[in-house]
Parts: sequence; C-alpha cells; structure tokens
Amino acid sequence: MKALRWIWLVLTLAVLANGFRVAMYVVPIDRDQGEISRILYYHVPSWCGMAVFFALNLVCSLVYLALRNRNQAGALKADALAVASAEMGVVYCLIGMTTGSLWGRAAWGIWWTWDARLTTTLVLWLIYVAYLLVRRFVTGPEMRTLAAVVAVFGYLDVPIVYMSTRWWRTQHPAPVFFGGPNSGVDPSMLPALWWNMAGWIMWGIFICSLRYTAEYRHQQAEKHAAQEALERV
Amino acid sequence: MKRPYFLLHLAKDLRLEWRSKDAINSMLFFALLVVVIFSLAFDPTRAVSRQIAGPILCVAILFAAVSALNQAWARELRSSVLDAHRMTPAPAASLFLGKVIANFIFVSAVELLLAPLFAIFYNLHPLGNVWLMLLAVPAGTWAILVNGTFFAALSIRSRNRELLLPLILFPIFMPALLGMALATSAILSGETDPAWWIEMLFGYDVIFTTVGMLMFDLVLHAED
Repeated sequence: MKALRWIWLVLTLAVLANGFRVAMYVVPIDRDQGEISRILYYHVPSWCGMAVFFALNLVCSLVYLALRNRNQAGALKADALAVASAEMGVVYCLIGMTTGSLWGRAAWGIWWTWDARLTTTLVLWLIYVAYLLVRRFVTGPEMRTLAAVVAVFGYLDVPIVYMSTRWWRTQHPAPVFFGGPNSGVDPSMLPALWWNMAGWIMWGIFICSLRYTAEYRHQQAEKHAAQEALERV
Repeated sequence: MKRPYFLLHLAKDLRLEWRSKDAINSMLFFALLVVVIFSLAFDPTRAVSRQIAGPILCVAILFAAVSALNQAWARELRSSVLDAHRMTPAPAASLFLGKVIANFIFVSAVELLLAPLFAIFYNLHPLGNVWLMLLAVPAGTWAILVNGTFFAALSIRSRNRELLLPLILFPIFMPALLGMALATSAILSGETDPAWWIEMLFGYDVIFTTVGMLMFDLVLHAED
C-alpha cells in the first residue's frame, strides 16, 4: 500500500510538472487577455476537482446511510471517505474562488461580482463548511448519520442555488460579465487543460487517500478505546 | 375515527404554546428589535424603504424563527420526551410535520402582528399588488421552518446547539431567502413581476418538505 502511494505521488508530480510546462511554455497565449489567461489551467481543474470530490462525498454519505445498520465496517469506511472527500472539495472550492478572484481582478477590474456562478460556488463552500462543522460539533456515534443527512441536503441544494441565482441575474443583468471560460476555449489550449486537470485530480486523490487513512485509524482507535473501557468495567 | 398522528403532535404543540406563549412572545420581541435596529441603522427614505423593507422583514423573520426553533426541540428533551417519541409506533415524519405546522402557525402569528408596525416604521406605501404578500411571505416562512425544524432536531445533539442551527440553516436556506426577498421587494416597489419568485419558493417548499419527511426518521433514530 505504501509503495503504491509513493508510485502514485511520483506519477502525480510528473503529470503536474508536465502540466506546468505545457500551460506556461507550450500553448499559445490568449489573444484578448494575454498571459493572465494561463490561470485558466489552474482555475478550471480546481472546479473539476471540487465537482469530483463533492460527488464522491454524496455517494459515500448515501452508502453510509444504506450500510450503517447492516455492515458496520463498510459503513465506517464510507464515512471516512466522505469526510476526506468533503475536505478535499472545500480546499478545491477555495482554490477555485481564489484563482477566479485573481483572474477577475485582472480581466474585469474587480475581485468579486455576485454573478450566478460565483454566488453558487460561495454558497456551496458555505454548505460544505457547515457539513464539516456538524462533524466537529456533534459528539457520539450519531454524528456520522447526521453528517450524512446534511451532505444529502447540501448536495440537493446546489442546483436550486444555481438556478435561483441565474434567474436573479437574468432579471438584473450585471454589467461586468463576459462569457464563461468554457465558451471560447481554443483547441490549441486543450492539452494544457487536460494535463493540469489530470494532475490536480491525481493530487486530490493522493491527499484524500492520506486523509482517509488518518480518519480510518482514528475510527479504529476510538473503537479500541471504547472496547477497553467496556472490558475494564 | 382516529386522528392522523401529525394532528396529535400539532395539537400538543399548540396546547403547550397556548399555556406558555414562550415562542410567540420571544419571537415577536426579537423581530421587533431587528426591525427597529435596521430602521435606526439605515434611516431609509420612502423610496429606499420600498426596496429594503421586504428583505429586512425576511431577515428579521429568519432570525426570530431561529431563536424559537432552538427551543422547539429543547422542550422535547425535558423528561426524555424525545426518547418516548422514538418508541411510539407513529412514523417520524408525522412528528416532523406536526412540529413544522405548529412552528408555521407561531411564526405566521408573529408576522401578522408585526406587519402593521412594520408598515408604520418604514412608512410603506406599496406600489405592487399587496395581496401577493399573502402568497410570498407564507411560502418563504414555510421554507425557513421546514428546514429550520429539521436542522434544529439535528443540532439538538450537538455540544453547542444554539450555534449549530444557524450555521447549517443559513447556507441551505439561501436560495429561498433570495426568492422571498426579491418577491417581497418586487411587490412593494411594483417594478418587477414577483410571480416567478413565488413559484420558485413553492418549488423549494415542495422539494425540502418531501426530503425532510423522508429523512427525518434518520435524524430521530440517529443513535441506532
């Protein structure tokens, strides 16, 4: 397992290095925006990472809810993966918002605008931070069930947030707004995008696996402590 | 004929509130304070108040509802009533629905009492169809309470339950807050059509009431 993780890390770093090379030196600059457009190759992969890990969090939460009374060990594993993926998703969301904000400052002249996508991602970030807070504040074994319920509610809320903010902004068109980054990606830019996307998702999987192992050991330690306490009685 | 379970829960909650009047009194005073504080802080002119009065009303109701929702389940913890609920054959969804309807009645009562005061303080002369308020405000209130009751039951197990409820409720409630605030300010200013937002609020209510009723069993029996 340890060897596999090392191999994965080396592969990830190699893909990321190549992604950096392609993004910075190989693909042509954007005609309108110049060098600043290269932030796209870090901005879009972080959104993809976020989407992957929040979806994984939902799947794990549902698996936990389905298994919790039948297969305790499997349910605990699903829960450990759920917390790892939620944390990873929050990190990617934060990176995406930060890079987007930097890009927005350079391209639009503002750090932030209440446009549909930005608002949705901010609310999404808030929801998953709330999820992590539930995990921290609720004590006892029921925490896992309650957190899984919050995860389901949170994921369900995302499309509603997106649609409501989109209607909000179509009613009051924002002056500072230009087509999303996906509306005009030239095929010559795609290699850089693919390499970075692969690299950052691999990086996310690596960190997520570390976090998963840590959480799994924490669960086992808790279980042993409870067992010992029972035996002492 | 036997009454449905949720009506029994509702009747119990209404009776308790009728005797104590804790929730309505505290909510009314709290919402009044929020309205007064915003009014002092912004000192709005008539045109401005048409724009901001609706959203301020929504936020005041949201804050007031949160303060009361924390108590709604804390009441069930005394003498282990919640454990008794767990053992009854009644489905968990009926307990949830009864509680939501009871809270909805309390908050609606507060809104009815607050509305005239609100119109006076903000010197309101609505330009749109005021009767639509009777659709927009209850739909938004239901959205607060269906999620709020659910998450209050969820956060009752936490160490600092008063703090946890708003932390979960506010992000989830945001689309409905947007709908409620925009619908009410559209009605008061008469500039845009609020119908779209009212429809969205009803859609939100249907979705979250369904999910809440389906998942409440998990929250009630989280320890098993």
